[in-house]
Amino acid sequence: MQFLTSSSPFIAPTNSVQRLMLWVLIALVPGCITMIWQFGYGVLFNIIICVSTAICAEALMLKLRKRAIQPAIADLSAIVTALLLALALPTLAPWWIPFVGTLIAIIIAKHLYGGLGYNPFNPAMVAFAILMVSFPKSMTVWMLPSSLLANDVSLSDMATLVFQQQTDLPYIDSITAATPLDDMKTRLGLSQTTDEIRSASIFSSFAGQGWQWVSVAYLLGGCLLIAKKIISWHIPVGLLSGLFFASLIAYLFEPSISPSPIFHLFSGGAMLGAFFIATDPVTAATTLKGRILYGVLIGLLTYVIRTWGGYPEGIAFAVLLVNMTVPMIDQYTQPRVYGHK
Amino acid sequence: MKLWHFNGGLPALAEHKNESVHLAIEKAPVPEQLIYPLQQHIGAPASVLVNVGDKVLRGQKIADAQGLVSAPIHAGSSGTISHIGEQLIPHPSGLSAPCITITTDGLDEQLKPTPCADYKQLSAVELVQMIRNAGIVGLGGAAFPTAIKLDQQGKTKPIQTLILNGAECEPYISCDDRLLKERADKVILGIEILLHLLACEQAILAVEDNSPDTFRAIQTAIKANANPVISVVKVPTIYPTGGEKQLIKTLTGKEVTSGKIPADIGIVSLNVGTVYAIQQAVIEGKPLTSRIVTVTGEGVKKPHNLEVRVGTPIHALIDVCHGYTKHAKRLIMGGPMMGYAVSSDEIPLVKASNCILVASKDEVVTEKQAMPCIRCGECASVCPVSLLPQQLYWNSRSDQIEKAAKLNLMDCIECGCCDVVCPSHIPLVQHFRHAKSALKADQHQKQLSDIARERFEAREQRIAREKAERAEKSRKKKAALKERAAKKEKEAAEKLFKEEQATTNDES
Repeated sequence: MQFLTSSSPFIAPTNSVQRLMLWVLIALVPGCITMIWQFGYGVLFNIIICVSTAICAEALMLKLRKRAIQPAIADLSAIVTALLLALALPTLAPWWIPFVGTLIAIIIAKHLYGGLGYNPFNPAMVAFAILMVSFPKSMTVWMLPSSLLANDVSLSDMATLVFQQQTDLPYIDSITAATPLDDMKTRLGLSQTTDEIRSASIFSSFAGQGWQWVSVAYLLGGCLLIAKKIISWHIPVGLLSGLFFASLIAYLFEPSISPSPIFHLFSGGAMLGAFFIATDPVTAATTLKGRILYGVLIGLLTYVIRTWGGYPEGIAFAVLLVNMTVPMIDQYTQPRVYGHK
Repeated sequence: MKLWHFNGGLPALAEHKNESVHLAIEKAPVPEQLIYPLQQHIGAPASVLVNVGDKVLRGQKIADAQGLVSAPIHAGSSGTISHIGEQLIPHPSGLSAPCITITTDGLDEQLKPTPCADYKQLSAVELVQMIRNAGIVGLGGAAFPTAIKLDQQGKTKPIQTLILNGAECEPYISCDDRLLKERADKVILGIEILLHLLACEQAILAVEDNSPDTFRAIQTAIKANANPVISVVKVPTIYPTGGEKQLIKTLTGKEVTSGKIPADIGIVSLNVGTVYAIQQAVIEGKPLTSRIVTVTGEGVKKPHNLEVRVGTPIHALIDVCHGYTKHAKRLIMGGPMMGYAVSSDEIPLVKASNCILVASKDEVVTEKQAMPCIRCGECASVCPVSLLPQQLYWNSRSDQIEKAAKLNLMDCIECGCCDVVCPSHIPLVQHFRHAKSALKADQHQKQLSDIARERFEAREQRIAREKAERAEKSRKKKAALKERAAKKEKEAAEKLFKEEQATTNDES
């Protein structure tokens, strides 16, 4: 009898890109729900705009590049990028912010660099950084967390704000505010002490009303990813400890002008960055030692940018800067091969 | 006993041992034809000793070792040599190679064996010679001539530890396990011979911790034998713990230096099937003509563990197993991780064949759609050699073979772990095999061009030297001539002077 031949191993693969991406999406669900709970339905507009734009842009680029569309869409990577961007954007951002951002992420940061697996920079963070630099006003106005809102904002009002940009709504000022990180930075710049600043209502909890719970939700989702072995612990632990120890040292020496490490970890994008953004395998270091170093560098840079930089949040810039060092990190952190000194 | 760990591996690989591990070894009937590829071991192919039409008996040498790294081949049953020439051989390439075919006569007459009453009277050199003559090669799958591993002549480092590899880590295969369950005493006897031969202090027989019955069977045999230097150890069931280098690391914590062999760190490691064959060769005086093979998979009606004459065509074994089921999709020689698919069941079993896996489409992956690498690093985390498969892939794909070589491509053992965990379904091992052979070809090419360059340079030098010599010679000649001319001139001048003087004298 005759048989077809093929090359070993013959055991079916145990994993797929699609499965990895699906788990990332699942792990983001607690974060999404908490965002809606704390900041209203605005985040849903972002998610819908980002995801639908991402799928269209991905299909368009694949067609232009003459690649198979179906398997690349089905790997869910574009949707993960879109969702991460949607969660990083302000909930009241005008509709074209998520739209343009997603186009930048998928077309420029992903496909112009060769598509999945070839992009040196994290697409969601490229988009975030470009938006931040280009439209700083729209990118820094966040809604107040629901616990601090005097009256609820209806879905239709929210839609009006997002799609028609009617900033002359009578209560616009009463529902928007700077983020705790932003506020902290501004007030420190005005020579206030951390104690004075933290007496404001937005800080009336361990790391900023609303924000802290979103961070906790990302932390939970991240732990799920580690438990399911979708990501390894090296990058998140490296990043969070880099940020923690940098802020701890400052906090121990000058507590009056240095926010606490807990504030640093839970008030901004540190958790989303540590578990979901810095862990993007394509743009991260691949060796285990390298991943710890990569994480620590992002953590330290985030602290540096938050403290001395021009922007209140440093995760996006830190990730992009450290993305550049990845080839060098990988080069110098290779493991010792069996039988070699 | 303290155990060590090697990097990665696949602890959760489905073992599929239950299909065959309970089946006692049965003797397969002698087939009508026995086919012997001349190259069924690492090294030089054996050279034919017989002619078409010759009658042979079981145990008769039909092809002899050619050089040191080679092994002789013996007839597996009595019959007539019916063909010598190219035939399909069990090899991943799917190519044909020279083979000897015996048409058996059904009498199964054998050459009178020459049993040895007391192996302890024999010297190490004599024992090594016996093992070499018996055609014994590594039966775990590598088929490296065993005598070379055991030969201590000219070696400076004494062997301290003998490792017996019973860790059958490939899925589906259970032939070593059955051997240890049923014939542990013979294996222990084989170990005794090796301890005497190598004069070493310690023998460790390793089995995986997934077969407690086997462990007990060996313990009983060791107790009955009562030699305190032989011990049995359970090692964790992590693929590829039965890889030679991985097992050495697990048991001793030592690593075999890249490019060296275990003997360089005082270790000899042998498969238990090989030890059994050594026992047969030394005690019973029988050369290697049969081995134990697992025939399994959803593609055969009744899986078996069979004691088979080497050279038996696969279809004869399938017949013993009541034929193919309708699910038979792939014919794999060896296990599903490191074995290779063969195209026809006319192909014979060789000394290294430990398993025939007739796989259904559920048991093997027939088609994989490769996606781009996302650099997740899973491959590196499972690599038992601590390589970075993802970077090797990157370099080998872009034909940067030298860079891949710097990342220790040649240390890859092709175990297939990276392939199985890759979420992008990239056939990594296939890329590495390709890159390895390209690298070998490159090195060969480089050697050739080095030789050519040296020859050219030598020629240039020689020409230059000859030219210099010639120049020197002609310079000397010229100088000599000049000297002679000068001398002549001088003489002439002197003569003239004398003559002149004479004339002046005359005048005065």
